[in-house]
Amino acid sequence: MPVSGVRVLVGTRKGAFILSADGRRDQWEVSGPHFAGWEIYHVKGSPADPDRLYASQSSGWSGQVIQRSDDGGRSWEPVGNQFSYDGVPGTHQWYDGTPHPWEFARVWHLEPSLDDPDTVWAGVEDAGLFRTADGGQSWQEMPALRTHDTGSSWQPGAGGMCLHTILLDPVTPGRMYAAISAAGAFRSDDDGQSWRPVNHGLQSEGIPDPDAEVGHCVHRLAMHPSRPGVLYMQKHWDVMRTDDCGEHWREVSGNLPTDFGFPIDVHAHEPDTVYVVPITSDAEHFPPEGKLRVYRSKTGGDDWEPLTRGLPQEHCYVNVLRDAMAVDSLEDCGVYFGTTGGQVYASADSGDSWAPIVRDLPAVLSVEVQTLS
Amino acid sequence: MTGPAGNGAAVIRVVLPAHLRSLARIDGEVGLEVTGAVTQRSVLDALETRYPVLRGTIRDHDGGPRRAFIRFFACEQDLSHEPADAPLPGPVARGAEPYLIVGAMAGG
Repeated sequence: MPVSGVRVLVGTRKGAFILSADGRRDQWEVSGPHFAGWEIYHVKGSPADPDRLYASQSSGWSGQVIQRSDDGGRSWEPVGNQFSYDGVPGTHQWYDGTPHPWEFARVWHLEPSLDDPDTVWAGVEDAGLFRTADGGQSWQEMPALRTHDTGSSWQPGAGGMCLHTILLDPVTPGRMYAAISAAGAFRSDDDGQSWRPVNHGLQSEGIPDPDAEVGHCVHRLAMHPSRPGVLYMQKHWDVMRTDDCGEHWREVSGNLPTDFGFPIDVHAHEPDTVYVVPITSDAEHFPPEGKLRVYRSKTGGDDWEPLTRGLPQEHCYVNVLRDAMAVDSLEDCGVYFGTTGGQVYASADSGDSWAPIVRDLPAVLSVEVQTLS
Repeated sequence: MTGPAGNGAAVIRVVLPAHLRSLARIDGEVGLEVTGAVTQRSVLDALETRYPVLRGTIRDHDGGPRRAFIRFFACEQDLSHEPADAPLPGPVARGAEPYLIVGAMAGG
């Protein structure tokens, strides 16, 4: 009998859901909706304490709430929800190129520390990085990123000017990455005290200078913990890879049917096995030909194979958002993703075959998975 | 819930939208004792003192402006644009009518 299991944490437009299974991952228990009626941009567990979860809860009416669970999601308590930019926040560029004041809208992404359950990083819209060291009771901005020399030139992507990706390097102390739509990727080597853009090699035709230092609409970054100097990126268009901690990027879109998309993730045990979900275009946010296909590369990019078994291959016009894919670390790596149509699909065999865990949730904003022993 | 509190202060009736009742784990109306002038500010201060989780969800932290998609109604009037320190209508101050905190129709 399997002794391990998984817990899939799903954020949706109208609440959070927790999907649990043993290591076989064929029978699922569904809990939720938690925080019914609220947008749940992200739910994530602490790597240091799997019972400690954090959720970003927000609504157009009442703004931001952060929820915390100390028992794996059975019960929740609201914690601090004050996200104040450090000092006078100044302006960035608005869609029309005019200066626009930095305004807090919501927390997109919560990244718990690798070793302290009380420490969490939060990526917010308008783009900024916050941190708590007291389990979410209070949040302080790490202002060096927002106040970077280029900050006044950043513009929002279609979804807002969000800091949506935070990656913590498990090997090099103090090294972390953040990605902002539409500014690009940034790296810190001192725990967020200072930042610099790491976008060399990106080409974005939608900005006046296609290889500018900033201005790129990076949709997602992914890293394998055993090889943190290699990063994969799903950009607005283009799937990219760096082998030197972001110093240089090269395109690895290869034979993908389209290189537009949102999520990207790496197999738990194979650092060269990468997953993306190609989406037709920036105007047509659905899979090409109405066929929902995850593409897998086992060569670190360039050569991609479609994974279709168990996924709808006709009349499918959903999207998969940037934070809505995750992998577990069981021996047979599980891969999960959620759609804007409310399906959460799981594969217990590294993507070879898929089955829906649930079919009719509200639009899925985020998917994370915890591997439990 | 209506009528004067034991210390002579009025008990103000406050009705919250469902999503905030759920957040604060409130069933039904809230009865708040407000000492001194009964204004939107003093009622909201008392509400947030009793339910700190509501801070930042109705108005900005530190008692700042109303959130854009929250409205304040009482006695069939929209008080959303009234000064925060203006006295609330007599029936609200006496506890005869509730002070309604409403999610605007555009906000959800």
